[in-house]
Amino acid sequence: MPSVSMTINGKKVLGEVEARTLLVDFIREDQRLTGTHVGCDTSQCGACVIHINGEAVKSCTMLAVQANGAEITTIEGLANGDELHPMQEAFRDNHGLQCGFCTPGMIMSAVALAKRNSAPSEKEVRHYLEGNLCRCTGYHNIVKSVIAGARAMS
Amino acid sequence: MPRDDGIGAAVRRKEDFRFITGRGSYTDDLNRPGQAFAAFLRSPHAHARVDSINVSPAMAVEGVVAVYTGQDLADAGVNGLPCGWQVHSKNGEPMAEPAHPALAQGKVRHVGDAVAVVIAESRTAARAGAEALEVAYTPLPAIPNMKSAKGAVATVHDDVTNNQCYDWELGDEAEIDAALAASAHQVTLSLVNNRLVPNPMEPRVAIGDFDHASGEHTLYTTSQNPHVIRLLMGAFVLGLPEHKLRVVAPDVGGGFGSKIFHYAEEAVVTWAAAKLRRPVKWTSDRSEAFMTDAHGRDHETTVTLGLDADGKFNALKVITDANMGAYLSTFAPCVPTYLYATLLAGQYTTPKIYAGVRAWFTNTVPVDAYRGAGRPEATYVVERIVEEAARQIGVDPAELRKRNFIAPDAFPYPTPVALEYDSGNYAGTLDKAMAAVDYANFKSRQAASKAAGKLRGIGFSAYIEACGIAPSAVVGSLGARAGLYESGAVRVHPTGSVTFYTGTHSHGQGHETTFAQVIAERLGVPIDNVDVVHGDTNKIQFGMGTYGSRSLAVGGSALAKALDKVEAKAKKIAAHLMEASADDVEFKDGQFTVAGTDKSVGFGDVALTAYVPHNFPHDELEPGLEEQAFYDPANFTFPAGCHICEVEIDPDTGRTEIVNFVAADDFGNIVNPMIVEGQVHGGIAQGVGQALLEGCLYDGDGQLMTGSYMDYCMPRADDLPNFKVETQVTPCPHNPLGVKGCGEAGAIAAPAAVMNAVTDALRSAGVSKPIDMPATPSKIWSALNGA
Amino acid sequence: MYNFNYQTASSADDAAAKVSASDEGKLLAGGMTLLPTMKQRLAMPSDLVDLSKAGLSGISVAGNVVSIGAMTTHDTVANSKEVASAIPALAKLASGIGDPAVRNRGTIGGSIANNDPAADYPAAVLGLGATIVTNKRSIAGDDFFTGMFDTALEDGEVITRVDFQVPETASYIKFPNPASRYAIVGVFVAKTAGGVRVAVTGASPCVFRASEMEAALTANFSAGALENSSVSANGLNADIHASAEYRAHLVGVMAKRAVAACS
Repeated sequence: MPSVSMTINGKKVLGEVEARTLLVDFIREDQRLTGTHVGCDTSQCGACVIHINGEAVKSCTMLAVQANGAEITTIEGLANGDELHPMQEAFRDNHGLQCGFCTPGMIMSAVALAKRNSAPSEKEVRHYLEGNLCRCTGYHNIVKSVIAGARAMS
Repeated sequence: MPRDDGIGAAVRRKEDFRFITGRGSYTDDLNRPGQAFAAFLRSPHAHARVDSINVSPAMAVEGVVAVYTGQDLADAGVNGLPCGWQVHSKNGEPMAEPAHPALAQGKVRHVGDAVAVVIAESRTAARAGAEALEVAYTPLPAIPNMKSAKGAVATVHDDVTNNQCYDWELGDEAEIDAALAASAHQVTLSLVNNRLVPNPMEPRVAIGDFDHASGEHTLYTTSQNPHVIRLLMGAFVLGLPEHKLRVVAPDVGGGFGSKIFHYAEEAVVTWAAAKLRRPVKWTSDRSEAFMTDAHGRDHETTVTLGLDADGKFNALKVITDANMGAYLSTFAPCVPTYLYATLLAGQYTTPKIYAGVRAWFTNTVPVDAYRGAGRPEATYVVERIVEEAARQIGVDPAELRKRNFIAPDAFPYPTPVALEYDSGNYAGTLDKAMAAVDYANFKSRQAASKAAGKLRGIGFSAYIEACGIAPSAVVGSLGARAGLYESGAVRVHPTGSVTFYTGTHSHGQGHETTFAQVIAERLGVPIDNVDVVHGDTNKIQFGMGTYGSRSLAVGGSALAKALDKVEAKAKKIAAHLMEASADDVEFKDGQFTVAGTDKSVGFGDVALTAYVPHNFPHDELEPGLEEQAFYDPANFTFPAGCHICEVEIDPDTGRTEIVNFVAADDFGNIVNPMIVEGQVHGGIAQGVGQALLEGCLYDGDGQLMTGSYMDYCMPRADDLPNFKVETQVTPCPHNPLGVKGCGEAGAIAAPAAVMNAVTDALRSAGVSKPIDMPATPSKIWSALNGA
Repeated sequence: MYNFNYQTASSADDAAAKVSASDEGKLLAGGMTLLPTMKQRLAMPSDLVDLSKAGLSGISVAGNVVSIGAMTTHDTVANSKEVASAIPALAKLASGIGDPAVRNRGTIGGSIANNDPAADYPAAVLGLGATIVTNKRSIAGDDFFTGMFDTALEDGEVITRVDFQVPETASYIKFPNPASRYAIVGVFVAKTAGGVRVAVTGASPCVFRASEMEAALTANFSAGALENSSVSANGLNADIHASAEYRAHLVGVMAKRAVAACS
């Protein structure tokens, strides 16, 4: 079996995986970081979004072996100890989540957006979140959260 | 000064920390030591005889532990899945209730019907095993829709020869026909309420576990009501006594109704875990969810409204065909009857109403409650026909509604369709919504759009909802096989912190915060000192779960009752501490005082005394401070309101954009306005989804054509606008908190508002023939081009 | 997903050799289509040869030609200053493919090699008359897309880059499928040194040039010039989202909007 090594949330991890192991399964099952979720099988829902080398990607559409040597951040690695990331704080302050299932992917996408655009408009946020589905919030408060979170990050 | 964490405060949610940090605990996040994995082989046919199943090739796959078929379950005495509600046809006969085996026995009846389960050491091995199974099918003619069900070219169930589940009615058809005939105006519409796939973002998961030493079975499942699952699965399917069966529904990623029902996979993994003496885990993928989660809606209706010369509604007649799918899901029969026809009075004084509902079996996924369940369908019928009538007789749609509203002083108001509305002020919410949308200037906005080559339309939806199911006696008389009360237990700990055990279940609704606010307000303890526990039958004595916007109205009432008991006992303890009579003790802001004195003792001291009773009046009081209450509502409660939608259509492409959406809702008293607003937003999004985007389609062979997000259109962030949400407060007069319910309002109200707006926009371009949901660009373009 | 051997390639030739040496080998570029297909167990390659370390990504501009390496992601193209200044329509097209996370992985080479009937890039390649450069040869855009999910690529042939001639003006407008967000119809219009080109994706089994529209625009490059030209609905795709007639109509609407957006 191929062996992989990568850095997840600042921690070096090693593993032996089948070639077909999806990165999300490596993260959830092997590393037991279950904050990253799987909500579809057609790469559309975005519940599995993580950062690889700083970029948002769908970990359900990538093999673990493709992430060999990569620097990965998952939702568990976003906060600085007990100090929440401003985007996490913004989601809580603005009721940007209900059931919480899409939330990790949503927050990871939002952080990626905010890094590129510190003052996104409502329209830009809605467009950027095209690849993240939420069934609970109607997006209204997610959009509000992302705008507030981006402002807090800058 | 009101508390900043009590009733009425927009408190940040207590549950959010774990969700935003990735520390939620959803069922798929759980893994049991030594667990095996289940994969189901599912029918590729809509309708077929299963001639043989050869399990040997699957058993030969490396890692496969066991394969079970329907025959194995039958041999083990496993029963089919029960239906929780019995409807009788108008001739008095009970509905047709065909068997619903957990794994197919002899026949498959929809694409996705489970044929066998393969259990293996890994998920991939289980899947490979399922693929290796050899099943010989003889395809049978499929019944893909209600039209072909009526034609009965084939029968979905051999013992239901006309494919009809029931033929039910409410009201006197001849009387209503006569009233319609005598009306100055008659307006008729044919409407389709499109089939939807609920699509909570978390797919279903079930883990069966068995402790051989204790004989205890445990099911971890993605459920909105773990006690109901324990009751149905334990008593009816597997024959397990409740003290040996624990059902846990941990964090659940949305439900919207689809996680109310007892599903085959839950029973199969629980049974297999005991048989194999190791945990068995099944995780649905999204494709599997599309063909196994109960779908919603799927009605075809003809509605006729009779009006007198002044535009007063005389009579309403509604004939509806409802698709049940291939089997009766847990609550399916009540959705198009008691949760639908009883709401057809809407907000109006229509004196005579008739509803005839025929339910059909088809070779499709079972249909059951989906957010709103019956009430969106009723609102859609009523609000479409009222708006159509307004346009046809040339009265402003707001004005026509006002002429027919039940007046605020007419409550309690008995409707001709078996309900008694508790309270309401319908003109109030209509006026609020009209102001919020700036109705007065709509015409100028419409003209501006026209000048820019766009079609603008506006549509109303003045909805009523019955929620807080149920008064058990009432629902029992209507065929519910269980009462639908709720339970709650308040445990005060020695230092005054509180744990509340509720039989409701939160899967996004924010109960951990809302209930805690009620407790903080009542007991004067900080919200951080209150925890809410739900979702585990070993921790909570009993509960009916969360659906039908019932949690606060029913579960919150049980909490209020339990708090009454806590306060009563605490007063006795306080009286003892202050050497006063309990009758003289007052309790406010966490302090017990004796009227007319300066004596005072804090809630924490009372709690400590209850548990560390050095000087306790044992002859009068037991130690401890914990109380449980069951609450069975006196009536449904009736939230209502008005949503107005304004759309702009691009006639070149047929694309509709929602340019304005306002909601004015009356949910009675509100505990957490932030959470209530969020519930409304989500409901509206699902309603807009139904109106413009979502539609589950089968082809003529019963193949699912919208089996993934590639074809089933889920609302995305850029499909929706920001919503303007306002509330009005007309308290519920019969429950202790005065609350109604807010979870479903958006999904109930929005479809009619959007479609009335689309219809209005099309009418401005001379297209008078209404189109059905979802109003996709392609459908609108066809309507505009006479195609 | 069925299991397979995973290999990495150090160059295009290395990739070609490794695929040729395997039973049923396939190239892995961004994987945005291949991996979902494999997850559905609809493909069963014996080997995946990963191109990510084959040195095939990057953008360069030389004279009148913008060269985009096959493994360059959509996001890189969308945010490239060079592309934005030379062929803004191409940057805009890339910025509208899939969603942000998909754009961070998906590549131009993977997209055109797959030739999905509803993909965006084929419209740009055909609309700009680009040249596809492989480890073996150069293929004219006009000759590259041969049918649904089919291209002129031969076994053992690996795309290394795509060369785009900078047009006088160009624009791409699409009407997305409401569910998948792939193009129901996408039209790329360009005024190039070799004449006006109109490439249509999403509408038919394979991207194609709308010759009647090209003729009309050659005579008069304005949206109005398209009033009387159309594409026939014959042979166009029809599905639950759009009939052939609706698609034919949308080709006209998108073409006019694309022309109007050309500055």
